[in-house]
Amino acid sequence: MVNKMSEEEIFDAIVIGAGPAGTACAYKLAQKGKSVLLIDRSSNAGGKNLMGGRLYTYALDIVDPELRMEAKFERKVAREQIMVLGKDTGITIDFENFAVKDQALAEQSYTILRAGFDEWFAGKAEEIGVMLATGIKVDDLLIKDDKVIGVIAGDDKMYANTIVAADGINSFMAQKAGLRDDLKPTMVGVGVKEVISLPAKIIQERFQVGENEGAARMVIGGTDGLTGGGFLYTNKESISLGMVFSPEKLNQSKRSIQEIYQDFKMNPAIQKLIGDGESLEYGAHLVPEGGWLHSVPKKLYRNGFLIVGDAAGFCINTGTILRGMDLALLSGVAAANAILSEKEIGLVYMEELQRLNLIQTMKLYKGWPNIIGLERMATVYPQLINEITKFMFTVDGKVPKKMPKAIMHITRKYVTLKNLVQDAWKGGRSI
Amino acid sequence: MSIRKMSAEELLGINKFAVDEGHAHIIIEPEACKKCQDKPCLYFCPACLYTLKDGEIKFDYAGCLECGTCRIVCAQSGKGIKTWEYPRGTFGVEFRYG
Repeated sequence: MVNKMSEEEIFDAIVIGAGPAGTACAYKLAQKGKSVLLIDRSSNAGGKNLMGGRLYTYALDIVDPELRMEAKFERKVAREQIMVLGKDTGITIDFENFAVKDQALAEQSYTILRAGFDEWFAGKAEEIGVMLATGIKVDDLLIKDDKVIGVIAGDDKMYANTIVAADGINSFMAQKAGLRDDLKPTMVGVGVKEVISLPAKIIQERFQVGENEGAARMVIGGTDGLTGGGFLYTNKESISLGMVFSPEKLNQSKRSIQEIYQDFKMNPAIQKLIGDGESLEYGAHLVPEGGWLHSVPKKLYRNGFLIVGDAAGFCINTGTILRGMDLALLSGVAAANAILSEKEIGLVYMEELQRLNLIQTMKLYKGWPNIIGLERMATVYPQLINEITKFMFTVDGKVPKKMPKAIMHITRKYVTLKNLVQDAWKGGRSI
Repeated sequence: MSIRKMSAEELLGINKFAVDEGHAHIIIEPEACKKCQDKPCLYFCPACLYTLKDGEIKFDYAGCLECGTCRIVCAQSGKGIKTWEYPRGTFGVEFRYG
């Protein structure tokens, strides 16, 4: 908690939100001797934070290469899996890195659980001089002569030369600063997630991974027709299982996303991975799935004010890669460098986001939400692909159809050729 | 105990909450909800905190996961949510795993 603060005290920076973006920013500023107040509304830094998930660790190295030595990692990802789930069948692509022990540092990724990780990270920032104030909700911004000069929390006013909004995807502070309207369904996915405990040994057996190694799995299908998909990450002694749904369209069968997720959890393909486990926690969080075109505001700064991380909509989903936390860390570093430059912070912030490759990479993938959002990706393609695959593996003693004819026959059951061509065209143009 | 299908209520039961008694952070106007055709809150709230009883939407803020989904879908539909704020500091859900 913050002790009594005099109104005259002006921090170099106030950072709202102790997630990866906010803490990275505070950490980098404190390293250079700046006075920083890091505010979080949870009793424990990280207590409101939730993701799939994994961290691509190159970004942590950019904050400070020392951090990875004691970071709260769960398992190093050694297996990358993509599953296409049909009605009674499933196809899993399993990409295994046999040389994961020798993997270049820059290419590594680890599964993590955010509550513990974020609390640890905020603690590291505190160790080097950041003033951490938990259990405080920022209600509003103080603006004078068109410059953001402080924040209001309850009856308290706190002042700083720069305010950094790292307050997450709902970022009310970015809205109060006039940089963003409220979120629209096209800009987000709704993520639900259960953490399920399992002994380390069982996880290693089921996923065929070594000690401290793990698997990350994306699942296409199983969403009852809603746009979205599933995910599974192995932690040390638990599994993070969940789904992300687009809230743009109601489900035709009028079932809640919670029920659809429970059915996914009970699917035999998932059941054999999590069986005998025990549910430890259920959470939900929005994901800025709209990418550069839909989720990122046109302007990320104003006088005395920067927005970072989820608040700025930084996220990339390519179907095989899901990035959010690494971009959050990068944007925190970029914001800190902008403040340290003591030049026009907004412009330097944009330059720094470029220098750290964030903007170019997000632009590169700007069309991908269109592919993931193709309606038939959720409604017919998973079952179609499963049925074709089943045909290729089935022997029943009859004379089989010729392969191309059989594939065409199955395809036509699910989709017209016109629609198939339309989707291929749309998909092709999007990448 | 092993894996089974769980209701939202059961799932919320395993979470840690510090409920701010008497201070609802989300307030709805049931009259506006009555006119809402789709009622997307019923299907998209991950905690299933919106329920329909005798044609009226009921909402319980105590198990809120603070994701923001209801606010977003409601704004495109019946606009029945009058107030949506985060709970006051220290209150609400506290993820132990995240």
